[in-house]
Amino acid sequence: MKQTELIPHLFRTEYRKIVSVLYKLFGIEHIEIAEDIVSDTFLSASELWGLKGLPENPTAWLYTVAKNKTKDYLKHHSIFTQKISKEIKYAAPTFHEIEIDLSTKNINDSQLAMIFAVCNPCNPAEVQIGLALNLLCGFGAVEIANAFLTNKEVIYKRLQRGKEKLRSAKIKIEQPGLHEIDERLPAVLLTLYLLFNEGYYSSNQDVSLRKDLCLEAMRLTYLLIENDHTNKPAVNALFSLMCFHSSRFEARINEDGDNILYEDQDTNLWNKELVERGEYYLNLSSKGDELSKYHLEAAIAYWHTHKEDTGQKWENILQLYNQLLLIEYSPIAALNRTFALAKANGKMEAIAEAEKLNLTGNHLYYTLLGNLYTDVDNEKALQHYQKASTLTSSHADKTTIEKNMKRVRAMAAL
Amino acid sequence: MKDFLFVFRANGIPDASPDEMQAMTKRWMDWIGGIAAQNKLGDRGNRLFPSGKVVKPGNIITDGPYSDIKESIGGYSIVKANSLEEAAELAKGCPGLTTGGSVEVREILAM
Repeated sequence: MKQTELIPHLFRTEYRKIVSVLYKLFGIEHIEIAEDIVSDTFLSASELWGLKGLPENPTAWLYTVAKNKTKDYLKHHSIFTQKISKEIKYAAPTFHEIEIDLSTKNINDSQLAMIFAVCNPCNPAEVQIGLALNLLCGFGAVEIANAFLTNKEVIYKRLQRGKEKLRSAKIKIEQPGLHEIDERLPAVLLTLYLLFNEGYYSSNQDVSLRKDLCLEAMRLTYLLIENDHTNKPAVNALFSLMCFHSSRFEARINEDGDNILYEDQDTNLWNKELVERGEYYLNLSSKGDELSKYHLEAAIAYWHTHKEDTGQKWENILQLYNQLLLIEYSPIAALNRTFALAKANGKMEAIAEAEKLNLTGNHLYYTLLGNLYTDVDNEKALQHYQKASTLTSSHADKTTIEKNMKRVRAMAAL
Repeated sequence: MKDFLFVFRANGIPDASPDEMQAMTKRWMDWIGGIAAQNKLGDRGNRLFPSGKVVKPGNIITDGPYSDIKESIGGYSIVKANSLEEAAELAKGCPGLTTGGSVEVREILAM
């Protein structure tokens, strides 16, 4: 790997590790100090490695420099040392002896502690996602703003508010106990699920940024799998879902960042390795008797890795959506369920059910009706697509709807 | 939205083959899934074992309840609707109706 690629790569893999250890060392009150030290470490790397060439072991170099910078910081900030380092868990008689433990075990424990701290429900979901990206993944406010298609002031304020809340709620960065894991894991998983979706379903044209968000969500979820105490069936199910979805990443977006419809995707571009990993973790998730929404969504995603339209495929997908809706209603699940109903039980039944959905403000509802009426009543199909187009402001959605209308017109002309 | 109880009554115990049972399960799931898709399912409820006992005044316990009621209760669900009429409308698609069963719809009076 060239040096120009190596530093961004190491930033993605090592930043979170070093910074988590320091967060845990300094506590939630002083997260900025930890951030500064690690950012400064990477800055030194990019300056020095360019001049002197790569060190023999770049990762070890980063760890050593981060340790030294932390010790220097403590040495040069006497106020901090006097007032704060007393509170530091590992405080030694003198600050020179403070141990900065960058062992694999402490790195993993610290990251886990940080995930649980960041995903604390004292902050709303969007704030938790922002904090996870900022504090754990090293994303700046500008990057997060780009990902969320908003401006950096909004994100900056959101992050400040989030950090302030963590402080005022006195959230501790510590290894969660077994009872706490059971109690809080659902909230953590929901945040990681939303973070993944933010990348996967975003209308953002910046494809590499969207991929980054998905990858970050997967890295954080994998961390939960690597820890014995958090390696639960629902975590495996969520990771499986992420693998299945991301296996289609290359196939579902074209060079311009536009979405390619499932039926138009080139299956050669589906990533078989990720499909296999998805299957592996889906199998692991079946241990125990818990059936989470992640299990059901992963199973649905599994069936979508079979491109061929078979009765069995759609019957399975329909039943999975039925169960998903029994656990938790969502408009998108209701719409997808009705699409599966059409495939499994026929369009007439699905049209009757669709009319009852009461989602008349949702453009996807009219896209569904447009699809269902195609071939049944093409005139109505076009009207519904038209309505869908007026209800969305997204350029990508309008393009997709236009494509569908072209198909109906071509068919009607035959 | 108010909560309504659906009480499912079956006319005797159906004598169905495994394939027929599976087909019936699918129809029930499709029906209840359809109610859930309208965001009108309060609680999917449960099924009940066919056998039971009935306790009457004077500590009389009988096996039952078949001796008194022709149709036995097979299960219950809770739906959300604006009116009794709307709730009854939701009950129309119940697969139990096709095998001689019935759905009793009652508004729940919260305690």
